[in-house]
Amino acid sequence: MTEPTFAIHSGPAAQARLRRRYARERRFKLMCLGALGVAAIFLVVLIGSIVSRGWSGFLVTQMELTVTYSPDLIDADSPRDGNFRMIVVEGLQQEFPEATDRSAMRALLGLVSNGGFIAVRNAVVDDPMLIGQTVTLWVPAASDIDMLNKGYIDRAAPEELRRVDDQTMAWIDRLEADGKIRTGFNWNFFTTGDSREPELAGIGGAILGSFWMLLVTFLVSFPTGVAAAVFLEEFAPKRRWVDIIEVNINNLAAVPSIVFGLLGLAVFLNLMHLPRSAPLVGGLTLALMTLPTIIITTRAALKGVPPSIREAAMGVGASPVQVVAHHVLPLALPRLLTGAIIGMAQALGESAPLLMIGMVAFIVDLPSGPLDAATALPVQIFLWADSPERGFVEKTSAAIMVLLGFLVVMNGVAVFLRQRFEVRW
Amino acid sequence: MSLTFFTIVLLGLACTGYVMGRRRAMALARSQTAALHSRPVYHGWYVALACGLPAIVIWVAALTIGDQLIESAIIASLPQELRDASGPVLNRFLADAETLAKGGQPAIDVTPALVAASERFGNLRTLEHWIGFAGALGLGLIGFGLAYRRLSTALRVRQPVERLLMFVLLLAATASILTTVGIVFSVLFESIRFFSQVPIFEFLFGLQWSPQIAMRTDQVGSSGAFGAVPLFAGTLMVTFIAMLVAAPIGLMSAVYLAEYAHPRFRAGAKPMLEILAGVPTVVYGFFAALVVAPALRDAGASIGLLVASESAIAAGSVMGIMIIPFVSSLADDALAAVPNALRDASLGLGATRQETITRVVLPAALPGIVAGLLLAVSRAIGETMIVVMAAGLAANLTANPLEAVTTVTVQIVTLLVGDQEFDSAKTLAAFALGLVLFIITLGLNVIALRVVQKYREKVE
Repeated sequence: MTEPTFAIHSGPAAQARLRRRYARERRFKLMCLGALGVAAIFLVVLIGSIVSRGWSGFLVTQMELTVTYSPDLIDADSPRDGNFRMIVVEGLQQEFPEATDRSAMRALLGLVSNGGFIAVRNAVVDDPMLIGQTVTLWVPAASDIDMLNKGYIDRAAPEELRRVDDQTMAWIDRLEADGKIRTGFNWNFFTTGDSREPELAGIGGAILGSFWMLLVTFLVSFPTGVAAAVFLEEFAPKRRWVDIIEVNINNLAAVPSIVFGLLGLAVFLNLMHLPRSAPLVGGLTLALMTLPTIIITTRAALKGVPPSIREAAMGVGASPVQVVAHHVLPLALPRLLTGAIIGMAQALGESAPLLMIGMVAFIVDLPSGPLDAATALPVQIFLWADSPERGFVEKTSAAIMVLLGFLVVMNGVAVFLRQRFEVRW
Repeated sequence: MSLTFFTIVLLGLACTGYVMGRRRAMALARSQTAALHSRPVYHGWYVALACGLPAIVIWVAALTIGDQLIESAIIASLPQELRDASGPVLNRFLADAETLAKGGQPAIDVTPALVAASERFGNLRTLEHWIGFAGALGLGLIGFGLAYRRLSTALRVRQPVERLLMFVLLLAATASILTTVGIVFSVLFESIRFFSQVPIFEFLFGLQWSPQIAMRTDQVGSSGAFGAVPLFAGTLMVTFIAMLVAAPIGLMSAVYLAEYAHPRFRAGAKPMLEILAGVPTVVYGFFAALVVAPALRDAGASIGLLVASESAIAAGSVMGIMIIPFVSSLADDALAAVPNALRDASLGLGATRQETITRVVLPAALPGIVAGLLLAVSRAIGETMIVVMAAGLAANLTANPLEAVTTVTVQIVTLLVGDQEFDSAKTLAAFALGLVLFIITLGLNVIALRVVQKYREKVE
């Protein structure tokens, strides 16, 4: 027999209540953990789906081609103008003597990528002594053959639904059995510009475009941002107009990036007549966009320098400018650079404002300066994502992997700087 | 003689000024810097600025005024029929003459008039450069001489140099104001021009959006319709779906990280969320268009639902994933700001962790959380790439999330990408949409910051 007052807290009903409360506690904790788990799963699916689609984009299918530069088809005075399609067809006919009629010859030509004809041409342009000789070359295969070799085309599907017909598949199998098909690393992917043909398209132009753009962005936004932050943090009087600047910077940080694109279009293109599609304009637009980020991180870095440093410098007679230039800024530099790198990483991934200022054009040539027409890495991804060809899916994913790689490196450097050089007071 | 060369010469002059000014100060003080009022560096800067500033100002002024003069001189020399040509034709001609003068390939046919104009252009350009350069160099040398002769041990050069520096810093600080002003004006002016063609009432409340202006006047729907309600509805729906995904997941992750997690677990989970936040939006767009949308379509087909291949739900849910880290980090900050005394008091009364969180900590952090959610909404409304790649283009006024909808940002992009003539209502409409977007996101942001500020005052 227990006392009635105790019964409220230790009777069976109380025990059950407590169990329920504890169960609810466990459920709640699990749900919260589950939310984190869901976020993690999203991340894994996101990265996983891109890597699984994209890894083959770094590979290229090549075929061995034996061609004879017969003097009938090529003129020794101008080797550039030879009939290289015929040379390639004749070379392939050596391999497949049964292909003699026009349609079969056309099918044979379909095996080789346009880049293959260019490779055959370049070989003889570089060395005109080859005319009249027989040469063996590895040339890129056409996109459909590339897809077949990488297993993206279902061999069991009925012929009329397949991109590659039975005849071609038989040829490829024969080449493969003879060891005349190989899969190599696609170095061209990193060095060439855009192309209509997936097997020839590369991100070299886009990477260069992004480089010039980020250079402009950094040169404009870093000095301006640091100067603005130094003024606001160290010298600004406590006045109303200074408050307005501060509120304005915070609001500017939340303005959608596409609005900066509208600004760039109206001011840099329509008002100042700067060239369309140029990294200069993209860089300036992104500089305005990253300016608030840099100002905010720089101010945090300056706040991190203890007042005792400033007072000591003042005490030995330094002027306020000297205090900042000789002591505060050098001490805040690691965190300042960290902020700048994070701002640049943001700018590198940004694409919406660039669509507004014409950086979405199809550009084959590599840009050699900030005034050449160019595209940027994320915009290239956007363009390729729109292409219907199967071959561009893996290129898009591969380009995304390169972009993510750059971002990881930049953020890694930022973390390293923060941990290596940051002074704890 | 190129532009760069002249500029480098002028900058070299300033550098020489710096070195000589510094050396002169050292010589005056006989290497005893204590004898100087200002450190030698300031003497160097003083001379450098005295010769560099006027030179650069004259150089830039000469180039801008000169370009105007050249243009009018060339127009005056043109044949009559070109002078009477319309503005765009004339501008095209002048631009091509400039290209030809620089050795480039002009876009229009090369006519004798063009060649003559381009030759004139080249000659006048050279003349302009030499006159500007001579003026800048002369003024720079005068400034150099005056400043150099004034140097003395007692001269207070630190003050003017520092005052100038302060002015430069102030200029940098106003850059953000200029950006805002630039945004407001560029968007506002074009919007006003748009509203002179399309009534503002029709734009804000019209139910038809078809901005295509017909080639011929007799074509069906030739006028184009600019009722933006379907866009607003689409934007709201995508945003709503995104918040449906991001708010619970983000909030609960924040609760776990702030209230339950071991510091070591936290150190591992935070970077995971940061990676999710650092993925560029174009990657999310690709993910939505290529992975999520087909998966949703197949899932819908298997239970007999028709899901469009570009559906609001695909774009919205992926946008939600993108915003999770944003919500979670802002909620984390809000939870961390709740004083520990509140938690201790509640736990001391025998409440479980869960009861403490739901009845004490969350209500206390509510203003901060609400502000964070508002910022997330503003972010979702302004997000562009995901919807451009995964939501549709057709303006459907629908409440069904399985159908394609279009958003304000998608329309801005589609109206402005590609070649555009700058006076048509079609391109101006993009700026009007931009104005709406700017006002809404700015409003949400101001409210959120106000809420946070009020709340911070209350807690502290």
